[in-house]
Amino acid sequence: MSPEALTEVELITVVIDGFEVSVPKGTLVIRAAEKLGIQIPRFCDHPLLSPAGACRQCLVDIEINGRAFPKPQASCTIPVENGMIVKTQLTSPVADKAQKGIMELLLINHPLDCPVCDKGGECPLQNQAMSNGRGESRYEGVKRTFEKPVNISSQVLLDRERCVLCARCTRFSEQIAGDPFITLNERGALQQVGIYEKDPFESYYSGNTVQICPVGALTGASYRFRSRPFDLVSTASACEHCASGCAMRTDVRRGKTLRRLAGEDASVNEEWNCDKGRWAFKYISSKERLAQPQVRGEDGELHDASWPEALAVAAAGLKGKRVGVLVGGRTTVEDAYGYSKFARVSLGTNDIDFRARVYSDEESSFLASVVPTLTTTYSDIDKADKVVLLGFEPEDESPIVFLRIHKQVRKRSLPVVTLSPFTSRGSHKLRAEVISTTPSGEAAAITALSGLTEKSVILIGERLGESVGALSSALALSKATGAKLAWIPRRAGERGALEAGAIGNLLPGGRPISDAAARVDLATAWGVDSLPSGAGRTTNEILAAAQSGELDAVVIAGVDPLDISATALNSLLNTFVLSFELSNSAVTAIADVVLPVAAVAEKSGSFLDWQGQPRAFEAAIEGALTRSDVRILSMLADEVGAPIHLPSVTAAAREFANLGKWDGSVTEFVPVAAVAPVEVSGNQAILTSWRQLLDLGTLQAGEANLAGTARASVARISAARANELGVTTGDLVSVSTERGTITVPAEVSDINDSCVWLARNSESSQAIATLGSVSGEVVTVVKA
Amino acid sequence: MAFNSDQLVIMDSIIARYPRKRSAIMPLLHYVQSVYGYVTADGIEIIAEKLDLATAEVTAVSTFYTQYKPEPVGEYHVGVCTNTLCAVMGGDAIFAAVKEHLGIENDGVTDDGKISIEHIECNAACDYAPVVMVNWEFYDNQTVASVIDLIDGARGGNPPAPTRGPKTLRTWKENSAVLAGLSDGLANEGVAAGDPSLLGLRISKSAGGNS
Amino acid sequence: MTQLTPVLSAHWDEKDSFTIDAYRRHGGYGAVAKALAMEPDAVIQTVKDAGLRGRGGAGFPTGMKWGFIPQGDNKDHYLVVNADESEPGTCKDTPLMMANPHVLVEGIIIASYAIRANYAFIYIRGEVVHVVRRLQQAISDAYAQGLLGKNIQGSGFDLELVLHVGAGAYICGEETALLDSLEGFRGQPRLRPPFPAIAGLYAKPTVVNNVESIASVPSIINNGSEWFASMGTEKSKGYTLYSLSGHVANPGQFEAPLGITLRELLTLAGGVRSGHQLKFWTPGGSSTPLFTQDHLDVPLDYEGVSAAGSMLGTKALQIFDETTCVVRAVLRWTEFYKHESCGKCTPCREGTWWLVQILRDLEAGKGTAADLDKLLDVVDNIMGRSFCALADGAASPIISSLKHFREEYMQHLALGACPFDPVASTLFATAGAK
Repeated sequence: MSPEALTEVELITVVIDGFEVSVPKGTLVIRAAEKLGIQIPRFCDHPLLSPAGACRQCLVDIEINGRAFPKPQASCTIPVENGMIVKTQLTSPVADKAQKGIMELLLINHPLDCPVCDKGGECPLQNQAMSNGRGESRYEGVKRTFEKPVNISSQVLLDRERCVLCARCTRFSEQIAGDPFITLNERGALQQVGIYEKDPFESYYSGNTVQICPVGALTGASYRFRSRPFDLVSTASACEHCASGCAMRTDVRRGKTLRRLAGEDASVNEEWNCDKGRWAFKYISSKERLAQPQVRGEDGELHDASWPEALAVAAAGLKGKRVGVLVGGRTTVEDAYGYSKFARVSLGTNDIDFRARVYSDEESSFLASVVPTLTTTYSDIDKADKVVLLGFEPEDESPIVFLRIHKQVRKRSLPVVTLSPFTSRGSHKLRAEVISTTPSGEAAAITALSGLTEKSVILIGERLGESVGALSSALALSKATGAKLAWIPRRAGERGALEAGAIGNLLPGGRPISDAAARVDLATAWGVDSLPSGAGRTTNEILAAAQSGELDAVVIAGVDPLDISATALNSLLNTFVLSFELSNSAVTAIADVVLPVAAVAEKSGSFLDWQGQPRAFEAAIEGALTRSDVRILSMLADEVGAPIHLPSVTAAAREFANLGKWDGSVTEFVPVAAVAPVEVSGNQAILTSWRQLLDLGTLQAGEANLAGTARASVARISAARANELGVTTGDLVSVSTERGTITVPAEVSDINDSCVWLARNSESSQAIATLGSVSGEVVTVVKA
Repeated sequence: MAFNSDQLVIMDSIIARYPRKRSAIMPLLHYVQSVYGYVTADGIEIIAEKLDLATAEVTAVSTFYTQYKPEPVGEYHVGVCTNTLCAVMGGDAIFAAVKEHLGIENDGVTDDGKISIEHIECNAACDYAPVVMVNWEFYDNQTVASVIDLIDGARGGNPPAPTRGPKTLRTWKENSAVLAGLSDGLANEGVAAGDPSLLGLRISKSAGGNS
Repeated sequence: MTQLTPVLSAHWDEKDSFTIDAYRRHGGYGAVAKALAMEPDAVIQTVKDAGLRGRGGAGFPTGMKWGFIPQGDNKDHYLVVNADESEPGTCKDTPLMMANPHVLVEGIIIASYAIRANYAFIYIRGEVVHVVRRLQQAISDAYAQGLLGKNIQGSGFDLELVLHVGAGAYICGEETALLDSLEGFRGQPRLRPPFPAIAGLYAKPTVVNNVESIASVPSIINNGSEWFASMGTEKSKGYTLYSLSGHVANPGQFEAPLGITLRELLTLAGGVRSGHQLKFWTPGGSSTPLFTQDHLDVPLDYEGVSAAGSMLGTKALQIFDETTCVVRAVLRWTEFYKHESCGKCTPCREGTWWLVQILRDLEAGKGTAADLDKLLDVVDNIMGRSFCALADGAASPIISSLKHFREEYMQHLALGACPFDPVASTLFATAGAK
């Protein structure tokens, strides 16, 4: 909040337990008390949910200007007023008895299973029963029992008899996630949380309910019975899964990550995260995890090798050679900086790209010229008069951005406009105006948008780059209206890699490769004579050059070739491949040298979220034997004979920070004209797709409970097409290119008649691998 | 789709009564009961679809209200008031006798599907205690014997007429349609008021006549 | 002796009293014409001047409630009639709507006009299907005669009236739970503020009135506020329906000026059933503290009953004679509150569950005097601690029965069983049936 805004807030002064406190108008009594350090016990109260007043645990005595309420009031529902005097359990015997009475009532039906309950040791009910309860219960009756536990999804279990019916979970699901799949059912003493039996609690945000449950009623399937809170070491961390930038907490016991929780950051994720961020961490302890460097022997097989041996072989394969570097989108800023510097200093090349996905030259220009200048933040969404989504499905591609937009939609009916081929579930929840758009029609549709002001926010997803001319149109729209622009890549490392210069047309800090002054500036800082000039090859160009022999070697870090193209791997078969990897993969299978790297939990570092804000983290797993990429690169650079002097993450971070941002001129964005829309007829359709949040992504490996809540793979087709094909929702259809066929159930939707939509990387629906395309391609759709 | 097009049209007409469609959830649940006799999965799913709700939101509502039945009830659903006043005045004895007579417990249904029983709370007819409701029609001033006769008559397809209601007792499904807001044209049948309702009026009139 | 004053019930003895023809025969819908010729504010003022207070239990001045609706706010306003009559012992609105639905419809038209509402709802409980039929017919006939719909009687006033049928939930008689239910949610009470007058149905200004309150409006418009105010007592004006039930010779409805006593009503009803004596009674449903024969002369108006330690409530006078076990009566009511607790808040949900268990033991004669103290202490932790008044209602019979009949509880404990024969209290015991 700006200082000007602060002065506008009216302050109310109240007296709580004899102490005065001034708080903004509208503050609830329970939170005013917190400011004084007075903890009023509570269960249903949650600062980010609308007040319920249901548990009645927070009863206090209140008088206003000498008029006392006749009975204790729930301090979680009453805003402060001038002249208010509050007496909590600390100074009012009535409030104290009321609270003890409520606590006794809460416990009469609560099982005494704390010793086997996951929540034991960190349980608000347990803790507050000790601090604000009676010593002993007077209840002599029979406790209410339910069958337990109930799987309300593959990843969340419900023990109804532990539930205190605070409705935090149901309020979260409805108010925050917009997924009212769990509700309070039945009535009175039989009231219970439940689902409709055929529709499990498959919300992308379901894990938050486990975290905010004040008892052990909701538990995560993967953590249940696994540990005691007091055996865990907690570390503040940052999520590696997407560019939303969530603060996290990682809980580790004896070197193993047992669970992850949403951390608190009011400016980013508030107190929430998505289920992928919470539960997709088994890849760290995968059986496929690499422990030792490996070198391919004369027998053609990989063999474990010592670090000195592997580094020597790797250096021999790179030194004096023509090398390309594929960084991938998952690296930390420090590691990306390491690759960026390694490429320029040790390999003497600008052939480096972090984009392991579909991209275009238009995007390259956009990334170099526009993105480093963008300053849009979450708070701009809070203040926006309109949000426009372009090539961006926030619920799937940046789920916390979705929550922030949803919050404003609920709070003040924030208008949302989206260019999309159909009304997605996310668009529905955002009550978005859906402008039905085909992949080639985006540029024109963007140009036609109206009603934007300088308070509007245009959120561009990385997929917009797949549509020719669309980024150009979006930039023009922003310029013409003053609307704020943001670029939201899907992966956590992309913005950082861009800033670190892990791309062929940009050096670290946004320095244009084409600017001699920028190169001199950086060469001086790095203590080298000169830096390679001329824009480097992009990802596909590197692969093509490798295939054609124009490159001798490729360094690949954490890239799944199928993210790039169906044939990417083939391009690498005849070059020297140095793989930096966590686990055995398609790349390690063909690599000449494999160097195992540390996972995020095992190292420190930072990501830049889509706002460009650093999200730093420390190693959650102490003493891991693995090393961060940058440290290995530094050793390798020494071996190559062109050192980069980045012996640690800290050193990389410090050096990168010291470089600062380029303050000279940047290259002009080169707009690209839109192409004529593709026409289709008969069984033809234009392919559209995106990645669903939960899919076959490598970092989600090994977590079946999470995978169990992934959205099913379907082919979305229009009613007209379904009619022509003679299919209805649920019937199998086949979507084909010359390369292959994906056969999945049809889902009839409001999709544009000319399009078909597929999940990009889901079970039975891997667009690149099978079809060789993700968007804009003409495919055929037939009844299977 | 388990509902035919006529039924879907009726559902739309129910929704159209309200300024906001979610308000139609209760009459739609009554309507589902008029089709199936209870709240079926099909019913929940079609309501969710029509009102743009999650299915869980529909079950949250259907399970809150006791008139919505999760399992089939009898063609004649017998509710015996056992709230204090009716219970004291004979409701307890009636309910015990009914259970014994039918060999079923509270919320039970006879094997032939004809009769189900439920002990109900105060049904706003205390001056007619003990009160029994069949398919939510009033049977006033009941005794054990009269209720057994009532049940046996109903099982045999010939239930006695309600005390204050239509000339012929309608089935559970038929009355559910009325609760959904669909008229059965029987409003003009039956008495305007029973004797207890008229007691004060009659006393007043006779007093007026005297003065 | 207070004279009875049949107004609402004046023609219930006519076979077709529920039809629009019968209603019109006695001047029905004349008040609509009169009201539509007045300024809306003048209608509100008339109702204020009459001193009509809510007949649903709380006794809030009806005209004042209407006056709280913000005017000229360019928002939709709603009138919602609470016809969810479910308070144990209460049985006045149901016969009223069955025998004379048009007086309610007429009252709704006038009230909606006064508060500038163009949409009105009757929320009726679902367990009275024949009353639903009568209201459906009445509304349909009123539409047919141009009394509802667009441009009512050429006045330019539009009104849609929807009958909304509940489905079995006592809590929906609580006005905010009723509104949630009407909006299609679980019938659980809302936080207040905001009050319905500011943000009620669909978050728009809304008046929620009891059936009898609204049905009383046409007579006030027809006869004037002075006529209405001439009946009753100083602060409790007008006539009302008293319902006598239980162990009386002739149970039934009595329309009388506020302030009549039970002694007078019992005289009219032929007294407690033959050969028995009054033991305890509720003045206004089970949620109002019990009275005994010591309270026969309490004026049954808002102030009188309140001064004597109970509440006028719904004027549901349930009479129990000496054959009735008060512990059993209270247990049964407590079971009712447990059954009807919506489950939202802890003290009501868990408290009624616990109270039932304690009372079952006490009725069976299990326990000691200390358990009576525990019972009262648990009640103390429930009453005034819950989200709405339902749990307070549950506490009333327990506290008042222990106040008046503690000795009877002790008898149960001393005997180790209930000392009463349940058969003796049945109607059949006197009627001679099995």
